[in-house]
Amino acid sequence: MAEAVDYKVIGTSPIRPDGVDKVTGRAQYGADLNLPNMIYGRVLRSPHAHARIKRIDTSRAEAMKGVYSVVSGKDFPEAEHGEIGGEGGGDISDLAKNIMARDKVLYHGHPVAAVAARSQRVAEEALAAIEVEYEVLTPVLDLDTAMASDAPLVDENCYTKNLPEKPDKPSNIAAVMQLGRGDVDQGFEQADVIVEGEYRIPAAHQGYIEPHACIANTNESGQSTVWCCTQGHFEFRAMTAKVLNMNVADLKFVASEIGGGFGGKTVVYLEPVAVLLSRKAHRPVKMMMTREEVFRATGPASGTHIKVKVGARKDGTITAATAWMAYEAGAFAGAPMGPGAMSVFAPYDLENFKVEAFDVLVNKPKVAAYRAPGAPQSMHAMECALDELARKLGMDPIDLRLKNAADEGTQAPYGPKFPAIGLKACLNAAKNHPNYTKPLPEGAGRGIAVGFWFNVGMQSSAEVHINENGTVTVVEGNPDIGGSRASMCLMAAETLGVPYEQVRAIIGDTESTGFSNVTGGSRTTFATGMAVVRACEDIIAQCRARAAATWGVDEDQVLWEDGQATPAPGVNADVKPLSLADIAANAAKTGGPLLGRASLNAQGAGASFSVNIADVQVDRETGKVDVLGFTAIQDAGRAIHKAYVEGQMQGGAAQGLGWALNEEYIYDANGVMQNAGFLDYRIPVASDLPMIDCEIVEVPNPSHPYGVRGVGETPIVAPLAATANAVRDAVGIRIHDLPLSPPRIVAAIDAAGS
Amino acid sequence: MGAFGYVAPGSLDEALTVLSEHASLGKRAQVLAGGTDLLVQMRGLDREPRTIVDIKKLAETNRVDIGAQEVFIGAAVPSAVLNENQALVDLYPGLLEAADLIGSTQIQGRATLGGNLCNASPAGDSIPAMIAAGAVCVIAGSGGTRELPVEDFVTGVGTNALGADEFLVGLKLPAPGPGTADAYLRFIPRTEMDIAVAGCGVSVTLDGSGKCTAARVGIGAVAPRALLVPAAAEALIGSTLDDAALQAAGEACSAAASPITDKRGTDVYRRKVVGVLCRRAAAIARDRARQA
Ligand SMILES: Cc1cc2nc3c(=O)[nH]c(=O)nc-3n(C[C@H](O)[C@H](O)[C@H](O)COP(=O)(O)OP(=O)(O)OC[C@H]3O[C@@H](n4cnc5c(N)ncnc54)[C@H](O)[C@@H]3O)c2cc1C
Repeated sequence: MAEAVDYKVIGTSPIRPDGVDKVTGRAQYGADLNLPNMIYGRVLRSPHAHARIKRIDTSRAEAMKGVYSVVSGKDFPEAEHGEIGGEGGGDISDLAKNIMARDKVLYHGHPVAAVAARSQRVAEEALAAIEVEYEVLTPVLDLDTAMASDAPLVDENCYTKNLPEKPDKPSNIAAVMQLGRGDVDQGFEQADVIVEGEYRIPAAHQGYIEPHACIANTNESGQSTVWCCTQGHFEFRAMTAKVLNMNVADLKFVASEIGGGFGGKTVVYLEPVAVLLSRKAHRPVKMMMTREEVFRATGPASGTHIKVKVGARKDGTITAATAWMAYEAGAFAGAPMGPGAMSVFAPYDLENFKVEAFDVLVNKPKVAAYRAPGAPQSMHAMECALDELARKLGMDPIDLRLKNAADEGTQAPYGPKFPAIGLKACLNAAKNHPNYTKPLPEGAGRGIAVGFWFNVGMQSSAEVHINENGTVTVVEGNPDIGGSRASMCLMAAETLGVPYEQVRAIIGDTESTGFSNVTGGSRTTFATGMAVVRACEDIIAQCRARAAATWGVDEDQVLWEDGQATPAPGVNADVKPLSLADIAANAAKTGGPLLGRASLNAQGAGASFSVNIADVQVDRETGKVDVLGFTAIQDAGRAIHKAYVEGQMQGGAAQGLGWALNEEYIYDANGVMQNAGFLDYRIPVASDLPMIDCEIVEVPNPSHPYGVRGVGETPIVAPLAATANAVRDAVGIRIHDLPLSPPRIVAAIDAAGS
Repeated sequence: MGAFGYVAPGSLDEALTVLSEHASLGKRAQVLAGGTDLLVQMRGLDREPRTIVDIKKLAETNRVDIGAQEVFIGAAVPSAVLNENQALVDLYPGLLEAADLIGSTQIQGRATLGGNLCNASPAGDSIPAMIAAGAVCVIAGSGGTRELPVEDFVTGVGTNALGADEFLVGLKLPAPGPGTADAYLRFIPRTEMDIAVAGCGVSVTLDGSGKCTAARVGIGAVAPRALLVPAAAEALIGSTLDDAALQAAGEACSAAASPITDKRGTDVYRRKVVGVLCRRAAAIARDRARQA
């Protein structure tokens, strides 16, 4: 159990070891690697949102000069059904069909064939020479249509899962989920005040700046090496092996640096295609998506339709709450309705609640994880409803939440009892924050909301090598997205008792280090960090043993303090302590190089709660929202690297503000996305945002040696409702749907005025 | 990007020869100024082969002349250069504001007013501002030079009045007299790096008593091309540019607009906002004119 101890390096903010290469352009991202004899792969994509493929003729493309290989659905093995683990979850057969369509195309942009050629231009010309005959079908483009009983079917073999009995008819509802406790009818009867709301949020993209890119190099024995930008090269290897029916041992994956992922780089799109193209071409094949392809064919976050009803007594005690939530899955099942359902009421201690959730197929790209998948949408609904409830009760919105807040021992709506959690600490920090009481300019509004994410543990491996001069190399298997190398170095430095500067962390490829799940689920600093700490403890044990042998004492008579072996009090008092460098220098004489390792399946990832405060000014004539101030308060358990924890909080706030204000997938009636570029898919630019103030709350996670909770996902959850509640405060009207784009705000103001 | 040829003529005549030769052979030639529209288009959908005729090497297109009666801005002068010319900024704060809104610092190092106009996007930021400032296009062709007011130059979405053997040499603007000033405002959902959902340029002249004696109003992004709105000018002329006059001018702009609903906004929204922008821009121009 971590205590309020004085750490030497944990909690400081040193420069990241990979920083200079990143800001000077030396770092190698997905598209940066080039190999001799390399050729270029491009994907032919469906021009229809829903159609049957009648015929594909690639012969003209294959005959073109400069074209080395062409693949389509028939070149892929029949993929088996089965679960893919991890954040990128889903069914393997679906994953395979998403990578390359077989008999049907299910969204505009769905791959139907791919070509590898001498140059990008030849590859594109070859794509144009591929003939595809389609039988166009009616696309299913929104939740209401998809859920109607007479809806056209995205998948004729989709029978709703999790019902007591298999339904007799297929539908677009891939799965349902129910969650509940107590008696909600009785609960609502006890309520003095009831609020109800219905909230719609369109799909939003993760918006990582680096498009997907990879190179695959396959040799004649069928072995393949793939370099790619990924959140998890081990899982990319597993998925590629399954999709191509290959032996995992024949695939080596090397992760490049990564220019953002946010959950969206936990699934393969290009890699299996590149391996196949390369196998046929006998050359390395490089594939890079354009931004347009990223928008049209890689996973956004689900569009949702959510209804929430909350009842409370006059004193603010919530007596009952219900939620109905439909999540767009895109073309294949697997929307994050589960986490959406489990998170919607997670911050509150409720006696009576009921949640119904639906995973709904539509003819749009298959959704992928996006920071805290499912929670921003469902918690937006609940946190907006609570804002309305506070208004009706005449209560401070923070007080209302404090009144109902979950705490240590509360049974979470999703089952387990919470261990120590930081929700109340965050709420109190918000209440005492000067930004909460600072006077607002005339006409401006302020809103607050709570955020939450479960966080996960999963499997991690780490090795710690002590170099001959006592410096330390940490080898781990998690791509560094948010500064995790620095955090690993800090934890290793703290544990071993050496300066941060003497530790370097590297990310091994799938053949040079042990298996690690994706950098996702906010798990890396927690789980991989735990593995690093354990590996350092392994080193310490070895150092103590070697010191004991040197001194001729028992191991338990040697302590490890401040980076050196010292004799226990009263033991052989005249020997000189041995530093890590001393022991390393003598390693050859004491048993060889020092190598520590650990692998684990981390348990007890602590949930992280947050509270956000948003201040906005709304131009009532143009509907433009200016964010005047934004305060993010979050429980990090223990901030290993303060600035990078703040970076996660600020980044989540920036993305959440974008989602709240302007980001949305806009489709035409045929299911063609109208804004597949950063001009019209409006993520915020730097000048759109104020400085985001951060306050890190530290309620240590009892399951981690230093008290770490994951911090990567929670930050995106609360900004949606905090912003919506601030706009409500400023304009006096509740606008339920997102984004709060200027036309939507003006329309709401005009409708309220007339 | 498709295949293309490139020529950079050293004289106006040479440029015209290249254009007319291509025209007579039915071959495509396209003028290049800053390239900030053209190169994006060539990398995107329009990949047809063509000859690029770079006009950045011509003396005429690089000229900026500030005369007592008339100001000339060459078609190849980038926006950043214009905005570093303080005399120009003092004369046409609104037009230069519009030029300063185009893209970013990097884009403005290349982007020209001429390119913005010839590209003929309904949302081109400088076009309503040029209309308000009374700019006239100076067009060179094999038959000689002709002039055309900016409001008559754009003929539709992406099309203009230039013949295949013609190009734009520059823009002529009347030197603003005493009590004259302009302003330009656009609406975008973000703070920068965005495309106008609606735009409005206003130029007004006040007499000694503060009465408006002349006005021009241009609107953008709310019709297939930027429009001169005479009814808005009429609402301003004769008033002291009080709230009622501004309101009436705004309503005239809303009435003149024929916007579409698309990913950038609804027709109702754009019609409303262009009126708001007109009111606000007219107030800024008025306040500037009082100092001018
Ligand atoms: C990132 C980015 C942001 C942008 N932001 C904005 C913005 O905020 N507002 C805005 O209005 N625009 C914006 N643009 C568009 C573009 O920068 C402007 O329209 C710019 O003014 C074009 O000028 P240019 O000199 O680069 O034109 P070019 O690209 O050289 O030419 C544009 C078109 O005009 C023709 N042409 C150019 N000069 C002549 C001439 N003298 N005679 C005949 N034909 C000619 C060309 O053949 C071409 O068809 C942006 C572009 C980018 C890439």
